[in-house]
Amino acid sequence: MAGTNMDLLRFATAGSVDDGKSTLIGRLLLDSKSIFEDQLEAVEATSEAKGYDYTDLALLTDGLRSEREQGITIDVAYRYFATPNRKFIIADTPGHVQYTRNMVTGASTADLGLVLVDARQGLTEQSRRHAVILSLLRVPHLVLAVNKMDLVDFDQTIYENIYREFTQFATKLNVPDLEVIPISALQGDNVVTRSENMPWYSGPTLMHHLEHVHVASDRDLIDARFPVQYVVRPKSDEFHDYRGYAGQVAGGVLKPGDEVVVLPSGMTSKISKIDLFDKEIPEAFPPMSVTVHLEDDVDVSRGDMIARVKNAPVPSQDIDAMICWMTTSPLQPRQKLAIKHTTRTGRALVKDIQYRLDVNTLHRDQATNELGVNEIGRVTLRTTVPLLCDPYSKNRTTGSFILIDEATGVTVGAGMING
Amino acid sequence: MTQTHSDYRLSQLDQLEAESIHIFREVAAEFEKPVLMFSGGKDSIVMMRLAEKAFYPAKIPFPVLQVDTGYDFPEVLATRDNWVDRLGVKLIVASVEQAIKDGIVVDDGKTSRNRLQIGTLLNAIEENGFTAAFGGGRRDEEKARAKERVYSHRDEFGQWDPKNQRPELWSLYNGRLHEGEHMRIFPISNWTELDIWDYIGREGIEIPSIYFSHQRRVFQRDGMLLSESEHNPLRDGEVAEERTVRFRTVGDLTLTGCVESTASTIPEIIEEVAVARVTERGATRGDDRFSEAAMEDRKKEGYF
Repeated sequence: MAGTNMDLLRFATAGSVDDGKSTLIGRLLLDSKSIFEDQLEAVEATSEAKGYDYTDLALLTDGLRSEREQGITIDVAYRYFATPNRKFIIADTPGHVQYTRNMVTGASTADLGLVLVDARQGLTEQSRRHAVILSLLRVPHLVLAVNKMDLVDFDQTIYENIYREFTQFATKLNVPDLEVIPISALQGDNVVTRSENMPWYSGPTLMHHLEHVHVASDRDLIDARFPVQYVVRPKSDEFHDYRGYAGQVAGGVLKPGDEVVVLPSGMTSKISKIDLFDKEIPEAFPPMSVTVHLEDDVDVSRGDMIARVKNAPVPSQDIDAMICWMTTSPLQPRQKLAIKHTTRTGRALVKDIQYRLDVNTLHRDQATNELGVNEIGRVTLRTTVPLLCDPYSKNRTTGSFILIDEATGVTVGAGMING
Repeated sequence: MTQTHSDYRLSQLDQLEAESIHIFREVAAEFEKPVLMFSGGKDSIVMMRLAEKAFYPAKIPFPVLQVDTGYDFPEVLATRDNWVDRLGVKLIVASVEQAIKDGIVVDDGKTSRNRLQIGTLLNAIEENGFTAAFGGGRRDEEKARAKERVYSHRDEFGQWDPKNQRPELWSLYNGRLHEGEHMRIFPISNWTELDIWDYIGREGIEIPSIYFSHQRRVFQRDGMLLSESEHNPLRDGEVAEERTVRFRTVGDLTLTGCVESTASTIPEIIEEVAVARVTERGATRGDDRFSEAAMEDRKKEGYF
């Protein structure tokens, strides 16, 4: 079948308003033949009605009425395209003021972050901010696309200066893999096809890099983590004694025969079998959704975690984390919020705001006593239930949580556990 | 079928399946009264399959809801019944005809059945007290859908507010609701039309026969090929004739067009979809043609 054995890459794009992000996405979609004629015709008709003398590819991605009216992107949108070997999910994050919150949202699930800079401007405060957020969110691969090379006569020195400045800056961050690619999104140079205008560049085209970057090894296959999501108990005649623990593997490899501990109770048992729908499988790894069976009849329910006996997360009610605050009323000490971590929910009390991180300079402002919208800071929380935590740097699933305002029900914070 | 690999890679279809199953289980665990919107079309059939897998060997722990326009294809209703029987789930039918009789929605003779589904659906959700309704919407279908969250919050009027959506981080979904509100859940948001067909092929599951090439009496209207039917009287100048066609989407038969095609097996359909130059909705859905933001406007009112 056409796509059954394809690979999947999720990437988040970042860029400020005029750096050509929509044009680049339009170009990737157009050149991978992922834009359909009816969509293109609609965009052409709208461009013409608006009196443009060109087809505004941004209209492809700005899907909402109010976005089209105002010519701005309001919210993260997800786009899809595929090449013969890989399917791509783009989290297209807007570059205006509501920036940090949207980028955090898009970057939370991304394997790769794509930051655009305008070759004429060089690195701006925003490009640095994009990189800082992507590194905080532990997006393992980063691409800096130096766009609009056509407007600087495809000058090698300009590219090299940006390259040097950025790699120097990146040493302060956690960026395990960085690629810097000179492109022209408008003319298509080095996007899908190699540019004849930049013979001095010997690296991959953007599409080639997206197609070949190795992402499977980014998952933690060492530390077995299985948050129990749902207990399957058919209670039918045929499956009278069936009791399976359903969930999505968050880390490591689980195998029948493994000695495991159930947290937070600390009861130990052995995995007797692992089911994937109606089949027993020899092992399960992230991000598989499976059903695990234990040899002993221990009490296990939603919110518990199954881990290896000698390698388990530490249950803790005192959480030290970086928080991205996402709502207009500020986060303050003594505030009480609902918290969701893996399949576990409880309440959290804000004990202390240690500092606010300036995402432009990486300066830590310790004098602060609150976090405003789109700000990131280090916070300590006390929770009503113990969370089964790993450092976010070790596992993006067991190291992350969200904070919910109990009055409005809105998600107000994104947390990454330190340690 | 899924295989484990020495390098611990999952194919994209397996990753999508794992993500969707995670969403189904999350909703079943956290919501008081979920329901699965099931039309009998290909997307909702894939959803049924995913729900079946999520809770196996237990039965799907929620009922399914079909909004019957009264103008549905009989082949689709037959498939709907087969699925419901096989899985032993409870089927609730919300009938547009009945809603018109009960004065819940008003048939002024101009409003399409598709639009009348909105009020009928919202009434069914309210009457049954559903707090979460799974829908088979995919983000690749339409530009307004590309903006929608997996958990799409609806107020007590069933309205979607695209400007005020909850941020969705990692796979940590927030299902908090106030009295009277509900959540629309889209477990196959990240699937494309091609993924759906690949999956149907891989799983070998039953879909309505009208997706495959067949002979049908059709006529042309607004650039679409519509089925001849008592619900769809021919207008002046329209002539019905027999053609070899198949459907890419199924909905109300007065608005759902077919395409000329000889694809009669899943691999042939996959081949056809892979090279299609027009989206399924652009090709065959009259309801999206009313205005540039037709889908967004309907969604704001409570359409799924």
